[in-house]
Amino acid sequence: MVPLSWYMMLSIAVFAIGVFGFLSRRNIIIMFMSIELMLNAVNINLISLSHYLQDLRGQILAFFVIAVAAAEAAIGLAIVIALFRNKATAHVDEVKEMQG
Amino acid sequence: MIQPLLFGYFAFAIVVLSLLVITRKNPVHSVLWMLLLFFHIASIYLFLNAEFMAAIQVIVYAGGILVLFLFVVLLMNIRQELLINKFIGAWPTGLTFAVGLLVVVIMSIRSFIAAPPGNYSIDLIKQETHTKALGKLLYTEFLYPFEIASLILLVAIVGAIVLAKRRLKS
Repeated sequence: MVPLSWYMMLSIAVFAIGVFGFLSRRNIIIMFMSIELMLNAVNINLISLSHYLQDLRGQILAFFVIAVAAAEAAIGLAIVIALFRNKATAHVDEVKEMQG
Repeated sequence: MIQPLLFGYFAFAIVVLSLLVITRKNPVHSVLWMLLLFFHIASIYLFLNAEFMAAIQVIVYAGGILVLFLFVVLLMNIRQELLINKFIGAWPTGLTFAVGLLVVVIMSIRSFIAAPPGNYSIDLIKQETHTKALGKLLYTEFLYPFEIASLILLVAIVGAIVLAKRRLKS
């Protein structure tokens, strides 16, 4: 039986990689994928805790996380398409007209 | 005996694939590595006796969200993107932040104290099947959050159409 802390370490490793990708890449698609990585790390943690604590609520929460991630991906990619239509770039540093 | 070995393989593959996802220059390669990553995460869920979540992971993430990503990547012109640097100049700052987060959380895992186990033991879930147990809980105790989730998805559909549609010139 694999101990719970291994799953937690895997989860935080994936989360940290997502944080690093979000902070250091400027391609908007890669930034969105880093957010998906972080959400997946949280899901791994929730489902492993749910298994080891013998309570299904963690999996319900992971279910809602997946639903919100789907909504977030749809809205975010719609924004990317609108951005690409106006600016023809996926590099977020090029988009600086919206600072007020 | 075989279980730690398999877990080791999947954990190692997940970490390596996540690194590949965020370091590729071409977003198409990133999306394809992420597809492989999601299948590995689904197998981790199978370890945890969560076969419904594994199916959802493959269907929603690999089948839905990644296809959406792939469509958007193919819609845009990435030829100019390939010419500029992958990382921003201040990438060591991001690395320091991520490593600091990793170290702090790993140190705090040691002081984790598990709560007393709940009602859904592994034998009960196996006897009732996982999907049925999850569905019963979702449609009784968590009915209102479930309805709110459907509203969020409706907002996402409407919002995506409004944002992505071409403005008509009147």
